[in-house]
Amino acid sequence: MDWPRFLTYLVVMAGVTYLIRMLPLVAVRGRVRSRFLQSFLYYVPYAVLGAMTFPAVFSSTGSLEASLAGTAAALALGWMGKGLLTVAVAACAVALLVGFVAPA
Amino acid sequence: MLSDYGRGLRHGLPIALGYVSVAFAFGIQARSAGLSTLQAVLISLLNVTSAGQLAGLTLMTAGAGLTEMVLTQLTINLRYALMSLSLGQKLDRSMTLVHRALIAFCNTDEVFAVASQQPGTVGRAYLYGLTNGPFVGWVLGTLLGALAGGLLPKALTDALGIAIYGMFIAIVLPPLRRMREVRAVVGVSVALSCALALMPVFSFVSDGFRIIICAVVASVLGAWLMPLRAEDAPKEDA
Repeated sequence: MDWPRFLTYLVVMAGVTYLIRMLPLVAVRGRVRSRFLQSFLYYVPYAVLGAMTFPAVFSSTGSLEASLAGTAAALALGWMGKGLLTVAVAACAVALLVGFVAPA
Repeated sequence: MLSDYGRGLRHGLPIALGYVSVAFAFGIQARSAGLSTLQAVLISLLNVTSAGQLAGLTLMTAGAGLTEMVLTQLTINLRYALMSLSLGQKLDRSMTLVHRALIAFCNTDEVFAVASQQPGTVGRAYLYGLTNGPFVGWVLGTLLGALAGGLLPKALTDALGIAIYGMFIAIVLPPLRRMREVRAVVGVSVALSCALALMPVFSFVSDGFRIIICAVVASVLGAWLMPLRAEDAPKEDA
């Protein structure tokens, strides 16, 4: 990607990301009191990750079969409360194996 | 006696290893999206966030407008505001303004999760120890992925594409299993996301806006219909 365009995107991305992390830590010392706002902020990360994962995960590997199998493995291990590394590696391994059996 | 810095470093090690593998996949994705190795590394160096970077990469390659980029990053990363708010309550007096501003840069989901599980307050030596490993792992993993991506067999790089989603699933499922409110919110968000992405009528909605719409609708519905009591909002997995 050409550098001027890349750097514009990069500055916007990094700037917004940093400000979101920095401002509450530096400026706010008290607690959020609004129950609605507390609940909203609590739900946001899970809603974001859900929408980012589905349906994108189904086309994240070489074939639909491999993606479905990898997703199933991740869901099963995630449900069991396994760590991030375990779940991510297992999803890749299952997708790799199924990719060999059922090539795209 | 282990110093606070050393204790933080040790607590950050498993996070760092996880980041290497996920960032490796990001490095490969960035290269196949048409970015150079240096560009991929710069993104990881300055953003230090998996979901935001992945969405940012998608928007970059789609040639999206800057407004969409700002709104997408704002929504996807809004959770960090909550984490920073919460972490702010746990800091001891060694965390002066400058250190708060520096630690904020590396306040990722996993770093936050570990820091909030520490008993009592946490200080700057511990937090620098905790964040240094994951930061190095994240940048190093991106570099390795961007460099080695072209050398690996296609079957392997294809399979690595699912790594980041595996990490997302691992973050969401434990609270989803524990709380019916989280099940409902994630269910609404996923159903809406699939509908918007798969129904041709909605093909004008870009990926960035789709995620914003789904997250805001599901979270507002959740906060409105199922507001949490203060004691329900556990800090450790926000």
